[in-house]
Amino acid sequence: MTWTPFASVAETLRALESGAVSSEEVTRAYLERIANLEGRVHAFLSVYPDEALAAARAADARRMAARRHPDETLPPLLGLPIAVKDVLAVRGMTLTCGSRILEGFVPPYTATAVQRLLDAGVIIVGKTNTDEFAMGSSTENSAYGPTHNPWDLSRVPGGSSGGSAAAVAARMVPVALGTDTGGSVRQPASYTGVSGLKPTYGRVSRYGLVAYGSSLDTVGVLAPAVADLVPFFTLMAGHDPRDATSMDLPVPAVDLTDAVEAVQGLRVGLPKEYFLAEGMQPEVVQAVQAAVRHLETLGAQVVEVSLPHTEYALPVYYIIAPSEASANLARYDGIRYGPRVGAARMWDVFYRTRGRLFGPEVKRRIMLGTYALSAGYYDAYYAQAQKVRTLLKRDFERAFEQVDLLAAPVAPSTAFKLGEKTEDPLAMYLEDVFTLPANLAGVPGLAFPVGFDEQGLPIGMQLMGPHFREDLLFRVAHAYQQTTDWHTRVPPVAR
Amino acid sequence: MQFEPVIGLEVHAELQTRSKMFCACPVVDLTTAEPNTAVCEVCAALPGTLPVINEQAVDYALRVALALECQVRRVSVFARKNYFYPDLPKGYQISQYELPLAQHGRLWIRTSQGERAVRIRRVHLEEDTGKLTHVQRDGETYSLVDLNRAGVPLLEIVSEPDMHSVEEVRAYATALRQLLRYLGVNSGDMQKGVIRFEANVSVRPAGSQALGTRVEIKNLNSFRALEESVAYEIRRQMAVLEAGGRVEQQTLGWDEARRRTVPQRSKEEAHDYRYFPEPDLPPLQVDDAWLERVRAALPELPHARFQRMRQAYGLTPAEAELLTAERAVADYFEAAAQAARQQGVPTKMVVNWVTGELFGRLNREGLRIDEAPITPQGLADLVALVHRGELNKQAGQKVLAEIFARGGGEPRAVMEALGLRQVSDADQIEVWVAEVLEAHPAEVAKYLAGKESVLNWLFGQVMRRARGRANPQVVRQALRAALEARRG
Ligand SMILES: [Zn+2]
Repeated sequence: MTWTPFASVAETLRALESGAVSSEEVTRAYLERIANLEGRVHAFLSVYPDEALAAARAADARRMAARRHPDETLPPLLGLPIAVKDVLAVRGMTLTCGSRILEGFVPPYTATAVQRLLDAGVIIVGKTNTDEFAMGSSTENSAYGPTHNPWDLSRVPGGSSGGSAAAVAARMVPVALGTDTGGSVRQPASYTGVSGLKPTYGRVSRYGLVAYGSSLDTVGVLAPAVADLVPFFTLMAGHDPRDATSMDLPVPAVDLTDAVEAVQGLRVGLPKEYFLAEGMQPEVVQAVQAAVRHLETLGAQVVEVSLPHTEYALPVYYIIAPSEASANLARYDGIRYGPRVGAARMWDVFYRTRGRLFGPEVKRRIMLGTYALSAGYYDAYYAQAQKVRTLLKRDFERAFEQVDLLAAPVAPSTAFKLGEKTEDPLAMYLEDVFTLPANLAGVPGLAFPVGFDEQGLPIGMQLMGPHFREDLLFRVAHAYQQTTDWHTRVPPVAR
Repeated sequence: MQFEPVIGLEVHAELQTRSKMFCACPVVDLTTAEPNTAVCEVCAALPGTLPVINEQAVDYALRVALALECQVRRVSVFARKNYFYPDLPKGYQISQYELPLAQHGRLWIRTSQGERAVRIRRVHLEEDTGKLTHVQRDGETYSLVDLNRAGVPLLEIVSEPDMHSVEEVRAYATALRQLLRYLGVNSGDMQKGVIRFEANVSVRPAGSQALGTRVEIKNLNSFRALEESVAYEIRRQMAVLEAGGRVEQQTLGWDEARRRTVPQRSKEEAHDYRYFPEPDLPPLQVDDAWLERVRAALPELPHARFQRMRQAYGLTPAEAELLTAERAVADYFEAAAQAARQQGVPTKMVVNWVTGELFGRLNREGLRIDEAPITPQGLADLVALVHRGELNKQAGQKVLAEIFARGGGEPRAVMEALGLRQVSDADQIEVWVAEVLEAHPAEVAKYLAGKESVLNWLFGQVMRRARGRANPQVVRQALRAALEARRG
């Protein structure tokens, strides 16, 4: 069988191992796809073709050398190209966070999650587009122009990991890293018809992930199939002494064999609040219900459950995340990073640089957060939001006493048009209404495609599980993909 | 009208741990290190970096908290204190706010009024900021940022407004500095800025329980600035009240040159720090085992040591004060006193030798006690030689001087080498006495005529003849006997 850029991660690795294809050929093939499609999709903020090819040749040399020494073990992902969302630090590559304020900044260090993958042999071909500082649901808040959804170039790919999702959907890379603070992996995965994992908070180190909402930020991964995600998750996960919030827990190996059989008897909960939201696209509800029925045919028991505080997730999130962001973004002063807007007085340099180089959504959230933390408002907003967050967590704990996992839509609708919601921040925020609760509760979520609407746009479903049970989500989603083929569909522009 | 000052102190003490509060950078001497040489991506707050708590800093903080008899919280929480300043690379300082490490302690102070405890309100951990230097270059002002200090662990120790005089303030600051040094967490070197004070001062009519309007005096970096600024504020506020005015609540600085407090810019006053729990750090948990480990390793504390040493060695308060001021001094003294005691030497002699001769020599040479060329055992041996009459006092001082000059040495050997062994042999001394009386018939005649004071002059002549080695008591006896014999 000849290798193509549509191969799964496992197939590509097998082809590299057998010598059917070289890492240089694989990398060149993806770089060519990037060159062909980038003008229309704009998934990347930076691409490093020469460095990637050099790394690929080094990987090939290593494989060749190992053939002469059969007892040498090679890193598991040796020579596999990937892309990284441009909010994760990679030493020697620009780190813009989609913001003008960080333009040209090259970090002297690499995020732990990325370093673990580099140690496993991956090649980073480039950094993907993102809403500025990961604040957004469409990638339109990038200071470097929006990313286009490969399924319909007039539509958004979702966000904030829209660049990674679009790159994977268009098979410009087989896998891309994203981050998920309020749905930023799952929602773009859903809009672009790919699979995306948001791990448990504390499962993957945040070191080197530029902070937005520190108590919510997670490093996730996107790929066409769930099975492609698994090695990336297991390699990235685990305690990091440089992140005090990363948990010191063993990462169990994820066994996908007999996944279909394992669905038998599993209790899948349908949180009723996730199907009642106003303005939901009926096709989304129908597709998710069909997917759940499919799991039922595999032997799952489906139960309706309630997460009664779901409606508060949105207001709670829009207090906590901006509050944390207002502090996290204080360090961008125009002195140490990026361009500087000059002025006669030092303080005016700060004010003007921040005033001109942060985009409107970032400024909106800094102001929201500053307000919520202010003397006299703290108790009514931040402290109250923390209390409600505890109730939201309790909702999940109660649900997981009754069921093994939850299944729900990822977003109320499919991908919307570019520009459709840019003037209406609230409408944009509502895109995350089903993804925010998992971040607030810290539980893992896995999104994957379960159908298409009448306009041919992908529809996603998410599974949510108890803390640190990513393995369960993987097995059930894999069982679904073993018996369906939505995840194999490629957008016409990319075929 | 009589007024009573009410004073509380906030003390910021750097914890001299190996590494900084939240990263692996070393804690360096800020007065000598090249700027920005102890900086990493974490303490420079590059995007994506995260803090990790330095356990040694917590350990040091627990030492202080326990020594101050505080209640240590089993769970304390770090918070972000948000404010924007170029020496603060994150734009917020990680500190503790609502749930500090320890609360409700006390510190014993001694003043002319006796001993009393000052209540401690709270002890919490935080990180220091960087340092700004403003320079003029080509007619423009630049601010240079040095991040060596950014992220150095700081302990903030806040007293209740329990002090009522400058003397008490001085005693509190001194006792706290002494305690920090005893605990080995801070050098106490004020010149290096490792301890900084803030005072809040108010005055009220004597006998009143209500608190007056208070002012805060910030950035006091020396004992002198602390004492002078508090004294100034007390005087100023009393004058305002006496003139029928009202004290304004404000934040002040101390103008060293003009010797007066000055209002700080209102811009800095208007801060709303927007504290909230630091999401990057889980709550700090201190379990019983950790506390017990720290407690078990605590040294004897200054207050207890002062009491015990007074008792055990019969010291006067002034002597005990002097001998317990530093842990190393107290250790030295106790070792010497015990070694001397075994040789039957009275402790009083050791006290005098340590506080007199030894301190004098150390001062002259600019040495710390742990750099003294004579060991406690050596000093005890030296004092024992004097006590037994093998050396007279002056010869003993010479031996000590010689040991300092040589950078070491055993007292008996040095004594022999210098030929300073005291002569107590009556026959020998009688010979010297006879020779002196023979050589000075006029003086002898004066003495015999009733001029007693000549005796001391003759004594000096005998000692000179003996080159200082003669036992003075034996000389005096022999001299008097020989003179009386001449009366016929
Ligand atoms: Zn550092």
